[in-house]
This record gives sequence, C-alpha cells and structure tokens, in this order.
Amino acid sequence: MSLLDVRSLTVEYCGALGNRVAVDGMSFQIGKGEFIGLAGESGSGKSTVAKAVMRILQTPGFISGGEVYFEGVDILKMSSEELRELRWRDMAMVFQSALDSLNPVLSIRSQFQDMAQAKLGRPMTDSELVEVLDFVQLEPRLLDSYPHQLSGGMRQRVGIALALSLKPKLLILDEPTTALDVVVQRHILRGLIRLRKQLGFAVLFITHDLPVLLAMSDRVIVMKDGQVCDDLSPAELRHHPTHPYTRTLLDSMALLVADDSRTSGRGD
Amino acid sequence: MKTLVLDGLRKTFSVSSKTVVAVDTFSMELSQGEIVAIVGESGSGKSTVARMVLGLESPTAGQAFIRDEQGHRPCALRDVQMVFQDPFASLNPVHRVQTHLTRPMKKLRLNPPKGEALHRDVEALLRRVELSPSDEYIDRFPDSLSGGQRQRVAIARALAAQPTFLVADEPTSMLDVSIRRDVLRLFSRLRADNLGILLITHDLKSVEAIADRVFVLKEGLCVESGQTEQILTDPRHPYTQLLCNSVPDPEGAFLRDDPVTGDAPR
Repeated sequence: MSLLDVRSLTVEYCGALGNRVAVDGMSFQIGKGEFIGLAGESGSGKSTVAKAVMRILQTPGFISGGEVYFEGVDILKMSSEELRELRWRDMAMVFQSALDSLNPVLSIRSQFQDMAQAKLGRPMTDSELVEVLDFVQLEPRLLDSYPHQLSGGMRQRVGIALALSLKPKLLILDEPTTALDVVVQRHILRGLIRLRKQLGFAVLFITHDLPVLLAMSDRVIVMKDGQVCDDLSPAELRHHPTHPYTRTLLDSMALLVADDSRTSGRGD
Repeated sequence: MKTLVLDGLRKTFSVSSKTVVAVDTFSMELSQGEIVAIVGESGSGKSTVARMVLGLESPTAGQAFIRDEQGHRPCALRDVQMVFQDPFASLNPVHRVQTHLTRPMKKLRLNPPKGEALHRDVEALLRRVELSPSDEYIDRFPDSLSGGQRQRVAIARALAAQPTFLVADEPTSMLDVSIRRDVLRLFSRLRADNLGILLITHDLKSVEAIADRVFVLKEGLCVESGQTEQILTDPRHPYTQLLCNSVPDPEGAFLRDDPVTGDAPR
C-alpha cells in the first residue's frame, strides 16, 4: 500500500466567468520514504495539488472530484476533527515564503510551543526543542529571536524544523528554496537529504527548478495545465521524456539563451 | 560613446550605534553594448550598488557618473534606468500599460513626443519587448498580465526614457525558467542595440548565458572580477568557487561533500 495514493483528483476555482479547472483528474502515488519531485510552471497547478492533499484549499478553490488515500484512508471523506489529528502529526507542509508563514509577533520558541500545545497538549521541553533545531542546524539561542531578526535561509529552516517536529510520515515542500540564493539553497537541500536518512519520511518536493528535482528525487512528476505529463525516474525523464512539454522544460534547463552569438560553453 | 563609471562607491549604515559596511569601495566601468553582472548571495551589497547608481541611495563616499566626449557629468534618469526584481510590485496597479510608458517619455525625454508620435512610440516600445500585437496590451491593467508580461512592461517603461544604460536588479529571479530565457534573450538583443546593461543577480546560469564580464561581491567587497568564461570555468577565490559549486546540476554534484576544492567547477 502506498503512503499517499491520489486518484483522479480534480480541483476547480470559482470565478466570475465560470469555474476554472486547476487540477484535472490527476493521479499519482507516493511510497513510504519516497522522494517525489513535482515540476511545472507557475499556474500549472502544482501548489493547488499540495493544498488539496493537505485539505487547506481556500475559497474560491474546491475539490470537485477524486480520492486521496493516506495509508488507505480517504482524506477527502475525513471530518475536520480527523483532519486535525492527521495534519502535522502524519503530514506536514513547508511553504515558499517563511516570512509569511511564521507569525511575526511571536518568538521562535512561542511558535514551537503554540504548535506543541495544539498537537501534543503540552509544551515541548528544552531538550526536545534543541533536538528539533539541531535537525536543521540552528543554534538554540535563536529560540528567543523573532522572525524578522533571522535571514531568509534561517527562517526557511525554522519552517522545516516546525514541520518535522512531530516526525511526520510525509513532508510537502512548496518551493522551499526558490526565494533563496544558491549557497543557502544547497545548505538546506543537503540538510534535507541527511534528515530523510535519519528519520525516513517521504517527501513531495514542488519547484520549477528541474535540476534540483533531477538530482534529489526518486521519481519526477511533470505537470502542465493541471495534468500529469510525465511520471518517471530522473534518468528516464532526462533521456526518454514522453511528453513534448517535458522536452521543452529540459531544453530551457540546458541552454538559457539560444539566439545569442555567445554559446553557453557547457555541453549538455 | 558613453561610459557609466562607478568610482569608489561606499555605503555604510548605522545600526544601533554600530556601523555596518554594506558596500566597501566598489569601482567598475560599463560601456555601451556590454552586459556586466554583479553576483553574490543575499546581503552581499549588490542591490545597494544598483540603488546608488540610480540615486535611490546616496553613497557614503565615491560617486557614479557618466563619461563621454564632453567629459564627466552626474548620472541622470535619462542616462540610466532601472528594472526591479518583482514585476508584481513595480507596476502601478491603477495605471494602464499605456500610462506606464507615456509618463517617462513625457517627463524624461529631452524632446517628448506628442499626439500621433507618442502613440507610435508606445507601439514601438511594446514591439521591442515582444508584447505584440501592441493593441492587445496597450489598455490593459497590470493585474491582467502574467509575471513575464509584467516584467516586459517594466523593461519597456525603463526603455521609454531612451536611456543609454539599464540597471536590472534580479530581473528574472521571480520568473519561471522558460520565461527567464525569453527575458535574457531580450537583454542580449538590447545589448546589440548598443545599450549597456548592469545585471544584478545570484543566478550564475543567467550570468553564463549573457554576461560579458562579472564582478563577485561578498559582504560588500569585490573578491574577484573578470571575463565571464574565465570566472566561471576557473574561479580563483574560494567564495567564487563555492558559488559555482552550489549551482544545481541534474547529476547532483552540487549536493556532494567537499564543495570547495581547487578543481574547475562543472
């Protein structure tokens, strides 16, 4: 049994000009401990899939069809009470902008305690907090800082630590490093690889940065207009893409400027 | 021919009685028909350099000026225009595309076009940034445009003043890869039209694709500079090596250990 089994998921957004289908009958699976990359351009529906799976879609978005099984139970049929149990404990999410997803008026310590109070019914002990921060290589003294005092990379690592603090089985990351520079990105990605070895959680990693996905994923799903174009291993995807759109994405990765007199100098 | 000269630009900020050096005595020259990149991570001071060139930030020491046959004179907005990172924030939501383009024409050009000529210039600008047919875009508001289209409008607005130089601060970091490629192509065509472009970025892929020369900034200091190919294939400074080694590659070499070696990067 897969950890997550998405079957013919359809999501629509209501608009003045009628409904717009953002995710169009999408199906895919994530096995236990698997690292799945989800690629596609803005507007292709990647983030909508993640929000639908977490069931945190907001109006005007709504799920109009399909099933989403987490360990064999259909999430779409769960009551809000059951969902609250599932979220964060079994399935957690890291958002693109950590500045927007952390509470600006709470210290980092309070954000963890806020979550722990809601989920564990008790505050986390100091040693638990230190352990969780150590996941992402942040020093304990940061606990008394506020989000605006941290750099973008540190904030994103706080977001990841928050998501991992209950050791979920599935971690969804929506463009976690897109706003960061490459040095910080590499640091975070390497940390993620190490943590996954240590804790064994599955990952759904969403980005339009194809090289990152090819380097990290067990399988890469390419999405366009709400549908799956390809669902292949990185090696297959690079050398035998089935969909023309996947080829376009691979091409834009290989060479950024084609009609310029200068060549890229990097044969690929 | 004009040259944009940055002469010993320095910027310090006081933060709770401490002095923070954002940019430490940075000098460079940019000629027409050239793309020069300033790279560095967040906080390295590269945006502060851009803002000082445009006069959005006043230098603590040093100056930016234009050198031509007549001698030296301060940078004016009709010499240098800027393209900002976020095309969602840099356009005015209550103005149509047309207004975004006609205002700099009227305010900044020496002989502002009027009537029919103004309209022709707006159409020509939109064609130049590949928003055609221009009729389709001229009356639109920013909220009905995609990120890539907005960034083109922002570039057209910068060009409306008929500047000799463009300063582009992370112009593609908010755009998807395929749109990013189109914007970079546009820059390389503008270079062919004899514009000089100062490209501020942390994306070495873009640098590799279009920049002629590169300056590497770390904590406000220029640690290395030279021809793009030389810097990217044979970086000398450990920090430049770290930058080069952090660029994601599909084989995952950037994730492996021992990033800073003396070896040539991929």
